[in-house]
Amino acid sequence: MPQLGRAALLLSLGLVAYALIAGSIAAWKRRRRLAISAQNALLASFFSTAIAAGVLWSALARRDFSFVYVSEHISRKLPLGYALAAFWGGQEGSLLLWLLILSGYAALAVWLNRSNRELIAWVVPVLAAVAGFFAFMLCFVSSPFATAPAPADGAGMVPSLQNPYMLAHPPLLYLGYVGLTIPFAFAMGALLSRRTDERWIVSTRRWTLAAWTFLGVGQLLGAHWAYVEIGWGGYYAWDPVENAALMPWLAATAFLHSVMIQEKRGMLKVWNMVLVALAFNLSIFGTFLTRSGVVNSIHSFSQSPLGGWFLGFIAVCVVFSISLIYLRLPMLRARTKLESLVSREATFLYNNLLLVAFCLTILWGVTYPLLTEALRGETRSVSKPYYNFFLHSFGLPLLLLMGIGPLIAWRRASLRALGRMFLIPFGVGVVTGVALIAAGFGSSPPGLLAYTFSAFVLASIVLEFVRGRRATGSILRLVGRNRRRYGGYLVHAAIVLLAIGVAGSSSYQTVREKGLKPGQAMTVAGYTLTYRSLATKQEANALATRATVDVSRGGSHVTTLHPGKNSYPVEKMTSNEVSIYHDPRNLGDVFLIADQINPGSNTLYLKALVKPLVNLVWAAGFLFVFGALVAMWPDAVEQRRLADRYAAGAVAA
Amino acid sequence: MTLGLVLGGALALIAVIFVARPFLREPAPASDRLDEPGELERRRLELVEERDRALAALKELEFDHRTSKVNDEDYRSLVGPLRRRAAEALQALEPRAEARHERIRSKH
Repeated sequence: MPQLGRAALLLSLGLVAYALIAGSIAAWKRRRRLAISAQNALLASFFSTAIAAGVLWSALARRDFSFVYVSEHISRKLPLGYALAAFWGGQEGSLLLWLLILSGYAALAVWLNRSNRELIAWVVPVLAAVAGFFAFMLCFVSSPFATAPAPADGAGMVPSLQNPYMLAHPPLLYLGYVGLTIPFAFAMGALLSRRTDERWIVSTRRWTLAAWTFLGVGQLLGAHWAYVEIGWGGYYAWDPVENAALMPWLAATAFLHSVMIQEKRGMLKVWNMVLVALAFNLSIFGTFLTRSGVVNSIHSFSQSPLGGWFLGFIAVCVVFSISLIYLRLPMLRARTKLESLVSREATFLYNNLLLVAFCLTILWGVTYPLLTEALRGETRSVSKPYYNFFLHSFGLPLLLLMGIGPLIAWRRASLRALGRMFLIPFGVGVVTGVALIAAGFGSSPPGLLAYTFSAFVLASIVLEFVRGRRATGSILRLVGRNRRRYGGYLVHAAIVLLAIGVAGSSSYQTVREKGLKPGQAMTVAGYTLTYRSLATKQEANALATRATVDVSRGGSHVTTLHPGKNSYPVEKMTSNEVSIYHDPRNLGDVFLIADQINPGSNTLYLKALVKPLVNLVWAAGFLFVFGALVAMWPDAVEQRRLADRYAAGAVAA
Repeated sequence: MTLGLVLGGALALIAVIFVARPFLREPAPASDRLDEPGELERRRLELVEERDRALAALKELEFDHRTSKVNDEDYRSLVGPLRRRAAEALQALEPRAEARHERIRSKH
């Protein structure tokens, strides 16, 4: 059925092209029926794209190797789950996933906001233009429906992708990346329609939060995937493609904070537009990095013809958004000013500056090697120390601000009130810092600062809940009436857990390597690791070799671990299969990597890492999702108020 | 091959009908104009947003005062201007609200 897939994609392209042209004319000439027709075209494009996606999924499930995409990405022995996940394992499929999610989001956003005809009339062509680019690429540059005589078996899937995280990490990341198109389209729609009031913000508040949450969770899942699968003992390598997901997330984080200042004070309208455009353009840039093959990364696909197209599209998007913001500057002027540099909105502003500065330094780190290679032909790389320097320079003040912000009132705060509010959190922070130094944890100044600031932030969050509960009489009532605020605090607590986990597992980790024969042992951070034996086992599509290593502490047996390697005959590749013990006492891991195995002499070259507190990084993910859900959960009172605000307009119009 | 093309053609036909639906449902509408708020309506929305902002700020201030984030002195200096802003926005909206109610009454 490749013809059906091609026909469906061509139809999608036709529909979004119609939505772009007819939608623009309708919005420009104020034609009601044409505007609805363009909306219908956008809705229909989702269904035709879904049919194209269905064709590809069906080919993957049936292992129809006459599809070049199928024969290049799966094999007959690959388990069905991974075969279906190969949809986003290759370049053409992941572009189709982009279009599928975008057209689905676009259809839903247009449907939910269909009563807001004036704004949506301009949103439709913007969404259609973005979808049109991806539909064009899929039809004419990188089609997943190319066919060839079917080989007896396919090339299979890269071993590192054969992991349960493959089922969740890429789609979640895409839900985040693509989701940032919706606030961008509404922001541009607001500028095009000259409706620079808060309606576009109200319409996209939850979309932005959802996209930001997906992007955050997607990154965390990717980090855990790298941790358990890649076998180097870390979870974030400042890989350009990892950075590509972090940058739009940072820009969106800045936007989520600064948009509150616009809602509460009517300020920062230009800045918010810039941030929305930045987040969207960075999400396209991230897709470019992954799809074009310009960077060598575990995530990126081979060299492809997509690079030039993506660069052209990014240039168009950047020029379009900057020009439009510039043209509408007079409509974006704020009527109020910052009253004091010591106020909640001022801390949001500092937070924004730090987030954007961090985002731009990462952007420079990613683009510098590309530019030097393109302009001078020199191969340069920007490595961990560069990023760590800026992580400490911007990340630690950001952490501190998370504790300061909630303690300061909006508009302005007197020093006396501040002193009273800061007393307990400041005391908790100082006591924690001193206690850590006394306990011998002063060896890493960034780690020490991270823990001290984390204690300060957690104390300020706990105090916020305690004071709020006292004022309202119940935690449920408190959170129910202020979901965004207290959901935000929970997200802040998650970031603190993340910071504690990252600081503990990086600043205080222990690493040992040793070649062992059966019966020999090595020690690492108080654990004794005794190598017992080696065994091989045939699995569905790999030959698994596993070592048996007993882990003991203080003479008592703790657990038995099985690090090893998998050999994939179809893919002709070998992967490291790490083995991990989660120690509940220090919330850390004993992480074993079989660096080299010599089956002839039964020798095992074992690399052991002890990573204290690393499990807080993953626990932070659950709290992050919970906090985000609290913040985006619909508030009936708020919904009624907003419905009244805009319905009244409809009566008057 | 043929089945794929037939299905593709059928899909295209359904899509065309769906896209043309607004014109098929209303071949000759009384008005094909997309509503556009006038200057008055835009001003009203600005005032409503201003009113909502002032009321939300008042609510926030009350809460911060109850949780001791804002002391009595700061509260007194901040609450007056906020109340004035909310009152001004409400006052500015009042005649328009009256006019709107009048229009609704006259429609019935």
